[in-house]
Amino acid sequence: MLRTEEMLLNVGPQHPSTHGVFRLVIKIDGEIIKEATPVIGYLHRGTEKLAENLQYTQIIPYTDRLDYLAAMTNNYVLCHAVETMMEMEIPDRAEYLRVIAMELGRVASHLVWWGTYLLDIGATSPFLYAFREREMIVNLLTELSGARLTFNYMRVGGVKWDAPEDWIEKVAEFVPYMREQLAGYHELVTGNEIFVNRVKGVGTYTKEEALQYSLSGANLRCTGVNWDLRKNEPYSIYDRFNFDVPTRTEGDAFSRYHCRMEEIEESLKILEQAVEQFPEGPVLAKVPKIIKVPKGEAFVRIESPRGEIGCYIASEGKKEPYRLKFRRPSFYNLQILPKLLEGENMSNLITILGAIDIVLGEVDG
Amino acid sequence: MSEKQDLAQQKKEAAAKAKATALARKHAKEEAKEKPEGELNLLKQKAAAAAKAKAVALARKKAKEEAVEKPEGGLDLAKQKAAAAAKAKAAALARKKAKEEAVEKPEGGLDLAKQKAAAAAKAKAAALARKKAQEEAVEKPEGELDLAKQKAAAAAKAKVAALARKQESSDNDDDLEKAKAKAIAAAKVKAAAVAKARNSVMESKEDQIPDEPSPNQAKLDQIVHAIERNVGQEALIDHYINRLSKDVPTIVANPDTYFSIAKFLRYDEQLNFSYLSELHGTDFETHMEIYVHLHSFNMNQSVALKVKLDRDSPAIPSLVPLWSGANWPECEAYDLLGIHFHEHPDLKRILLGDDWKGYPLRKDYQPYDVEV
Repeated sequence: MLRTEEMLLNVGPQHPSTHGVFRLVIKIDGEIIKEATPVIGYLHRGTEKLAENLQYTQIIPYTDRLDYLAAMTNNYVLCHAVETMMEMEIPDRAEYLRVIAMELGRVASHLVWWGTYLLDIGATSPFLYAFREREMIVNLLTELSGARLTFNYMRVGGVKWDAPEDWIEKVAEFVPYMREQLAGYHELVTGNEIFVNRVKGVGTYTKEEALQYSLSGANLRCTGVNWDLRKNEPYSIYDRFNFDVPTRTEGDAFSRYHCRMEEIEESLKILEQAVEQFPEGPVLAKVPKIIKVPKGEAFVRIESPRGEIGCYIASEGKKEPYRLKFRRPSFYNLQILPKLLEGENMSNLITILGAIDIVLGEVDG
Repeated sequence: MSEKQDLAQQKKEAAAKAKATALARKHAKEEAKEKPEGELNLLKQKAAAAAKAKAVALARKKAKEEAVEKPEGGLDLAKQKAAAAAKAKAAALARKKAKEEAVEKPEGGLDLAKQKAAAAAKAKAAALARKKAQEEAVEKPEGELDLAKQKAAAAAKAKVAALARKQESSDNDDDLEKAKAKAIAAAKVKAAAVAKARNSVMESKEDQIPDEPSPNQAKLDQIVHAIERNVGQEALIDHYINRLSKDVPTIVANPDTYFSIAKFLRYDEQLNFSYLSELHGTDFETHMEIYVHLHSFNMNQSVALKVKLDRDSPAIPSLVPLWSGANWPECEAYDLLGIHFHEHPDLKRILLGDDWKGYPLRKDYQPYDVEV
């Protein structure tokens, strides 16, 4: 038996596969990981502290910078929290615009994940395809909001402005195109033997463990828990659409891959219906110039591409929140990483980390 | 349905409040009319403004002390004090007037009559004030505090103004001192009211008698009964439906029973709150608070578990033995608020550097910079 030496290895904070500033201190014995300690906080900007001195509308741009791959959802969760406390009625057209924007964001976010995940484990071309389609979504959202990533599009009571002319038609055209491309993705990757060997049975956890570690999103649904806040605690107008919640039971990296790919399909279904039902009308409710949230507190949670994103507001009835807290899904999802890495081969490190799908801006708040 | 009714109620309350304010304004105007000298008004205004500014400053400082001193009944006491002070002042005024009048008209009979009349007027006014207070209390159970505050402020103003008026005639430094003292007293009253108001945000919400019971009321009752049966009658400090937060059943635990309640919620077969959705802390200045949002897939229901901690040395058992997902959120609460979690496997500064000074999310946080 060969005697090996325990070694300390630093992965990051600047590592291409972490997609952000994330450091992982691992102890390895040969190629086997004995212990992994995530080190986070490199991107901590103190959003919650800053928010205590900002008016609610002023906080919205800060939310863009949490999960910068799906900023629309972040915009929405803050507005939703404020609207819930103010018991505001949102015009239909605004809700449809929001849902369309959020679902486009979900598709774009999953595309980025799909492309980069495959890039991380060695396949180059999927990345190019994914970013080609993602660019189309980014263009659509740019037309809508004026920004590529930091949209700042939603407002308390609705959205900043109406969609430009023909925009809805462009979204309608995008849906069948994306469907076609998705079929191509499956042909290219999903059945690929090399890929399947890399991800199948890797990073497995059970349903109980997933719940124990407060996982959410595809990370939870891959273990068989049918839990999607769009379905289970409907917000906005999600109860008006027919869509399924994809689940798997294996709980490995491959099942998370499946969940996300199928979620793209479900998002396309929602987009299709939303475009069809898209109503006329105002896009902003009658909102006071200075928004004051009634005294008290509220916690709302919605389904972001990465899982359950929540927003807690404690208000003293002033124009700034007394305390604002985001429940950031990447932060919670990342907790299980040391447990998953223990005893794993080094070559599985990136496969496991990538399958969790984190955005560091969100991990660090 | 309930939303609409809530809205209606809110509107009603707002209208009532507006009315009350209007009335107060009207009263003030009438009073002003009674004494038409512009000079006096100016003086009054100045005095009032000064008193107000001072009162606000003092109020902030004293609010905490007062809150500690008179946790309950503070308002009642304050009211009583204010009433007593008003009476005493009125009496003093009457006496003074009586003296002056005595010089002018030495007939004792007249004097007596006047005194009697004054006393009667006083009594009447007091009775009216009491009645009004009662009526208002009945009408607006939530706005009460605000009203009380307004009233206290108005009273303080009126008092100061009255004193100022008096001062003009006598031009006495003593009176100024007195006015100051009175203003301070009024400020105290106000501060107590503010502190009370802040402390009772939750209570007052509970006092709101909803037109229609929340759909989650039954679930709240079920949870509360289960806890009381299994953890202890005194385990919960408070429980209510948080209407602002999508009607989530909210329970407030005692710091001593926090862990056993959490454990019960986690492992009870019926409740089975297997999912910890969120954990964070908040600095409410009077206390620290931990907010835990749990979800039960069995009941298809969320519950908010809260616990209030001592602000100076906030510490509480960790929930990591129950939900591993509480690990990092607890580190975050430690990092940003300085809340200690006993038996946490690895409590560390998770977002900030290990050498960071202070806890940024505390309200009294002062940024520390070596260079400065």
